[in-house]
Amino acid sequence: MNWLSNKLSAGPSNESPSWQWFYRLGSPRWFYLRSGQWLPWLSLAALLVLATGLVWGLAFAPEDAKQGNSFRIIYIHVPAAFLAQSGYFIMAIAGAIGLIWKMKISYMVMKAAAPIGALLTFVALFTGAVWGKPTWGAYWVWDARITSMLILLFLYAGVMALQYAYHSVDAASKASAILALVGTVNIPIINKSVDWWYTLHQPATIKLTSAPSMHMDMFMPLLVMIVGFYLFYAVALILHTRNEILRRERKTSWVRELVTAKAGG
Amino acid sequence: MSRPTARKMDSGFVAWLRRDLLLAYRRRGEVASPVVFFMMVSTLIPLGLTPEAAQLEKVAAGMIWIMALLATLLSVDGLFASDYHDGSLEQMLITPQLLPLPILGKVTAHWLTTGLPLTLVSPLLGLMLSLPSAGYLPLICSLALGTACLSLVGAVGAALTVSLRKGGLLLSLLVMPLYMPVIIFGTATVNSAVDGLNWLPPLAILGALFAASVALCPLAAAGALRVTASN
Repeated sequence: MNWLSNKLSAGPSNESPSWQWFYRLGSPRWFYLRSGQWLPWLSLAALLVLATGLVWGLAFAPEDAKQGNSFRIIYIHVPAAFLAQSGYFIMAIAGAIGLIWKMKISYMVMKAAAPIGALLTFVALFTGAVWGKPTWGAYWVWDARITSMLILLFLYAGVMALQYAYHSVDAASKASAILALVGTVNIPIINKSVDWWYTLHQPATIKLTSAPSMHMDMFMPLLVMIVGFYLFYAVALILHTRNEILRRERKTSWVRELVTAKAGG
Repeated sequence: MSRPTARKMDSGFVAWLRRDLLLAYRRRGEVASPVVFFMMVSTLIPLGLTPEAAQLEKVAAGMIWIMALLATLLSVDGLFASDYHDGSLEQMLITPQLLPLPILGKVTAHWLTTGLPLTLVSPLLGLMLSLPSAGYLPLICSLALGTACLSLVGAVGAALTVSLRKGGLLLSLLVMPLYMPVIIFGTATVNSAVDGLNWLPPLAILGALFAASVALCPLAAAGALRVTASN
């Protein structure tokens, strides 16, 4: 791997060392090679945390007094909804970094984040519907939070549609970054809507400012699951970004060398 | 020949407003179509739902708002399209003026030719859909403010899709989620008046949405045009 590190160190030398990591991060090749080293550890951590949280939540956490065992879907539903919303911010921030610093890699992260976020939004909606049947007696209820999740799904769909509508990679990246930023304005309204017209749904269970209203034995596995989902999200994002890097940089020599090296040995 | 900067900035707004109004005046048929659409869809509602006044009055406010939203959506597609095709959009992009101001001028012209007519005919639709009498003034106020928001947000979508051949459908996909707060508070204004509640708070939020869109949407549209019009 010596030839690699030699090539990598040939970055902007007049920059101060504390910023060098930032410029390096902007290089798709550096990101690809470095993330390849992180990926096994990150995947292992995600797997362990998710397994712990699932077993703890599904098997060992106490039963809910009113909802019985059906409440256990919360261990999928809430982390998915959490990540669906943070995922939009991650996407928008990546887009903003791309617009401001003109980093290629952040546009790729943005593109990779959209389908993952949309999928998590769908998971949140689906588990919510499954949970709604025994709890409220209906799969679909037009309540504030369900509706805002649906709007979030549409926001993701818009960014993805715009991404695919342009043939030029540059126009697709910048246009969808602008759209993602415009959509970010909508997200606080989505969160506020919980307060505005709260109807059928339970009030937000996890508040960062106050003590959790759930019992600790139920809450701890949920926390573990949320951490696990974040790790899983990071793994998925890195995998998608790596694919995107290979696709966009397929004509560069380092990707060719990588592919031929893989094919050869 | 140097004029003060403030005047220059102003002329960018006024010049594009006047130009677009003049163009709209010369294409009166096109301008009328959102209003005609608005009226025609309103005849579908009694046909599709029920002609009974007691049931119609419950859905009247929401239906009028949805139709106004769709009518705006249909017309906002053309906001930059003809300018893009005849090259005047390029001219706008290379002018030394701040880009958001000409865009604001164009959006104002769009509102004057679609949102305002829709607002003006809305009492007629309220009458046809037997909207209770308490709802008329809130309907007019909320539509006047709300359609302005719709035009402003729509301008961002139109700017993002201007160079795409089939931008119209994509535009509605992009913009529809952003329209939802407007429709929530628009209908809330009318419905709270009908229910005998204070209808000023939702109208005030609509005003806040309008203020935010005036400040942000021209900027976003300007950024979007710089990206899309050159591709």
